[in-house]
Amino acid sequence: MTTATAAPQLEQDFQACIDADGRIEPRDWMPEGYRKTLIRQIAQHAHSEIIGMQPEGNWITRAPSLRRKSILVAKVQDEAGHGLYLYSAAETLGVDREELLDLLHVGRQKYSTIFNYPTTSWADVAAIGWLVDGAAIMNQVPLTRCSYGPYARAMIRVCKEESFHQRQGFEAMTVLANGTPAQRQMAQDAVDRWWWPSLMMFGPSDTESPNSAQSMAWGIKRFSNDELRQRFVDATVPQAEHLGLTIPDPDLSWDDETGHYVFGEIDWTEFFTVMKGDGPCNRERLAHRVAAHDEGAWVREAAQAYAEKHASRSIAVAA
Amino acid sequence: MSDYSAEGGHGAIPTSGVPSDEGGSKRSQPLWEVFVRSRRGLSHTHVGSLHAPDAHMALRNARDLYTRRQEGVSLWVVAATDIVASSPDEKDAFFDPAGDKPYRHPTFYDVPEGLTHL
Amino acid sequence: MTSVAVDTDVAAYALRLGDDALVLGQRLGEWAAKSPQLEEDVALLNLSLDHLGAARSLLTRAGELDGTGRSEDDLAFLRDEPDWTNALLMELDGGDFGRTMTRQLLVAAYQLPLWQALSSSTDEVIAGVAGKAVKEVAYHLDHARSWVVRLGDGTEESHRRVQAGLDEVWPYAAELFERDELLELLIARGVAADPALLEPQWRETVEDVLAEATLTVPETTWRPTGGRRGAHTTGFGYLLAELQHLHRSHPGASW
Repeated sequence: MTTATAAPQLEQDFQACIDADGRIEPRDWMPEGYRKTLIRQIAQHAHSEIIGMQPEGNWITRAPSLRRKSILVAKVQDEAGHGLYLYSAAETLGVDREELLDLLHVGRQKYSTIFNYPTTSWADVAAIGWLVDGAAIMNQVPLTRCSYGPYARAMIRVCKEESFHQRQGFEAMTVLANGTPAQRQMAQDAVDRWWWPSLMMFGPSDTESPNSAQSMAWGIKRFSNDELRQRFVDATVPQAEHLGLTIPDPDLSWDDETGHYVFGEIDWTEFFTVMKGDGPCNRERLAHRVAAHDEGAWVREAAQAYAEKHASRSIAVAA
Repeated sequence: MSDYSAEGGHGAIPTSGVPSDEGGSKRSQPLWEVFVRSRRGLSHTHVGSLHAPDAHMALRNARDLYTRRQEGVSLWVVAATDIVASSPDEKDAFFDPAGDKPYRHPTFYDVPEGLTHL
Repeated sequence: MTSVAVDTDVAAYALRLGDDALVLGQRLGEWAAKSPQLEEDVALLNLSLDHLGAARSLLTRAGELDGTGRSEDDLAFLRDEPDWTNALLMELDGGDFGRTMTRQLLVAAYQLPLWQALSSSTDEVIAGVAGKAVKEVAYHLDHARSWVVRLGDGTEESHRRVQAGLDEVWPYAAELFERDELLELLIARGVAADPALLEPQWRETVEDVLAEATLTVPETTWRPTGGRRGAHTTGFGYLLAELQHLHRSHPGASW
């Protein structure tokens, strides 16, 4: 269905559309590289959402109040929904969701490293909402103007829902920070463990990256990893101050000249270790995901069998 | 060493060394396009797609996925294979010119939210 | 704060309804990231949210009326097992998806006529909860029906599995229709619904669905009971431990 050779005019028109901040839609001609880069990006985004259901889903049955329980159920439900919107967007590029899930299940497509950390306390749930979703919003808002229509539209929907996630996390954190000594301790401990991984969410510096440059030219990426990370730090430090919690970075300081926070060196070996598969929870997350999929196979097969039986029954009746 | 893009959405994901797809055949449950009328007086708008084994489940899933926050008074689900598309703006020259060969997800004209007199 | 007149009978009834909702909401919440497909994660968590919402209103009402001034959280997190009054059917382990769907069918088929009847309860809070729940439960019933039918009339394996799940949960349905002294009093006052009146509609709904699903209606003489008087199944203690542990570890804390 797609043409093998790109006529220069098509490519020019494609690039002109992007340069004019227009949108590329599923039936438009697009370079194979654009299509593949998008599939990779959208699929891995979707995988991140569904894997992300696990560290928080862990706490649904244990939430400390009925209100928190309800909020958490709604949040985790949203994440499943985000996965679904994103898989749908990826499929408009000519790939099948089952195929994408297969690639996730065998570890060939990845997901955000942040979900490979354990949630060992209730404060972790609050910290994920505040820090991790806060970081995600930094990444996701620019994508609402990404050049590929279905992805941009999915992101508009995702971002609306994500802002609830961040707000409820910050609210939960506020209550802990202003609570009993044990709660304050729990909150500080969570920040100590989630701060650096949250900064790592933006990825290593990509100023030298040809892939990043190409993605920017294609309107898939708007800002560099470092720019996004800086924005996150600048937004979040005042929030931590408001909470009365300490950020575990002795080098963190405000720079009047630049109007930004300066922060310490990130230990990228941890990031690469986790990305490679050796983080605290990688194996567990993937095994859990694969088990849910495998254990549910009989259900999906039943639904399909029923649909086929009844499709042929109704055809027989009509005949 | 792979590149990582922050805009993986929920955190950096690799941009190289990762396959996009294997070019396999379609195996998911049938695909349905979803249209929502968000309130009386407006038309149904395409909001996305979903998989379901049959029409009844498709409508249920659409309600759960696209109207959780009361974003609709009416839902349509249409089997993607039933949609016939023509899109004058698109460069159909290198595609099969027959007007009745739908691509997997046809384009519709989306009216941006909040705009009137269009 | 306006003082509400103490009414321990109505409080006890609201507590039963609230406990049913909370325990079921808890069981449904366990499906997060475990469902056979993402669409079902969304659907089951939706059901969980509906039940949790009803639970909060009903527990709050119970705490108001019983004269103790306990909040929804006090009741949810600080009561011991013998003080819980949910029906046993709600607390059963969800098992596999088939078992969960058959339990959902039995519960929803009961709750539809229940909430319909309670929409005219003389307790305004219960009536209010019922008015909202009636709409939700119609949807719950359709969801359960859709899946029980597809699993029963799907593959040989799904048929076998869902029949097994049905056989396991079925005996617990009888408890839903028991009448005791409390119910007699409250039926007379127009507060509570009469379970004897609910049963025929329940049976008809359930048998219709099972027939469409090509499943066999189980037959058993075993009638497990005791939930309403705090005598629960083995698994209930574990459910409560998981539910309550964090809250109880921080006495007096806000969340």
